[in-house]
Amino acid sequence: MGTGDYLALAAGALNTIAISLLAIAIGTPLGLGLALIRWARLRGFDTLVAAVVSLLRATPSVTLVLLVYFALPTLGVEVPRFTAGVATLALGSMAYNCEIWRGALLAFPTDQLDAARAFGMPASLRFRLIVLPQILRAALPALVNEMTLLIKVSPAVAVIGVVETTRAAVRIGAATYSPIPPFLVALAIYVAVIGCFVATQRVLERRRDHGLAA
Amino acid sequence: MIPHGLAVLWEQRDAVLAGFLTTLGIAAVSAVCAALLGLMLFALLISRVRAVAFALAWLIDLMRCVPFMLFCYLIYYGLPSFGIVIDNLPAGIIALTVYNAAYIAELLRGGFAALPRDGIEAGHAFGFHGWRLLLRIILPPVLLSSIPMLGNQMVQIIKDSAFLVIIAVQELTFAANEIQATYYVPFASFVCAMLLYWLMCLAVESGVRAVLRMAEARR
Repeated sequence: MGTGDYLALAAGALNTIAISLLAIAIGTPLGLGLALIRWARLRGFDTLVAAVVSLLRATPSVTLVLLVYFALPTLGVEVPRFTAGVATLALGSMAYNCEIWRGALLAFPTDQLDAARAFGMPASLRFRLIVLPQILRAALPALVNEMTLLIKVSPAVAVIGVVETTRAAVRIGAATYSPIPPFLVALAIYVAVIGCFVATQRVLERRRDHGLAA
Repeated sequence: MIPHGLAVLWEQRDAVLAGFLTTLGIAAVSAVCAALLGLMLFALLISRVRAVAFALAWLIDLMRCVPFMLFCYLIYYGLPSFGIVIDNLPAGIIALTVYNAAYIAELLRGGFAALPRDGIEAGHAFGFHGWRLLLRIILPPVLLSSIPMLGNQMVQIIKDSAFLVIIAVQELTFAANEIQATYYVPFASFVCAMLLYWLMCLAVESGVRAVLRMAEARR
């Protein structure tokens, strides 16, 4: 492997990170939105959201990314590969995060809300000041775990030609006829990226526990 | 557009069915093999041979950082570097088996760690050691408490099997992609594949619920 190969892998790593972070930034709040729809028990929407989430959770990312990339143009929407990749991973992340947020919401003690309502606090304020900070704390470990899972399925976007870490490694392996070295570098990249997420989670959790004790 | 897509799919139903059955077969074989291998790894993880258990725990942690697609490439393109050349289908099954066995071993270890120790101490006192201790005393409660997690892993195996499309295993996603490429009906073919994956996952979920009910009834 030459310098150019290492640069190609570094570029692939940046793509992996960019796609994953964008998908997380889009999928996490959307998941919260869906969870709130289910929490509010909106008639009709509740069942619809449950069905869509169940379907998305059962769909392999490879299949979903092919659908997004090839089917949207038939509806008249041309999407670049990168966007299709981000959209796919965000959809999957949304479905998984919906279940995580929902779990946190279901465990939330309603007497706090009743008290706030009795004092005349409006719904948006109740959510922002009382519910959100607490469910965020409760859901954090599961959310970070889901983020690491997202990074692990992110190579799926390579099937529509996005050159991320795994595809960069495969290309180098095919060109040099020795696939093992680029695969090992790719492996090191994933371990480093996933390790960063786990380390951040540890720090956040320690700060959270510290804050609760103070 | 959609009626046309459905008509094409109906004409190509044999190809879809073949892909569906291949995915089912791959998932079933890989799940059984991964469960057996996972059990063996679990036995080593909790064994008294500390060096083996430590090295294995480290390897499993490493495996849990690897994307399945990268691992799949590693098996298919990497093994020939060591003189081992395998076809794409067995390579895919081996990749699914080894990858998921690591996760299964880890989730069983988690179930074991949450278990109270007195059952094992009582087993020791009654003269259970080694394999007999593992099979008769340790495994039954560990497996029972791990049923939902094992179900999740089964769903994961079904979903991971779609990655095998990259090494040209002719499973469900491969079949959907072929039909899409030939007749240009991407919407119908991939949505059909998604619904079939959904069906498989729902079947696993209801299977897990049935097993849990049976376990509850027999208690």
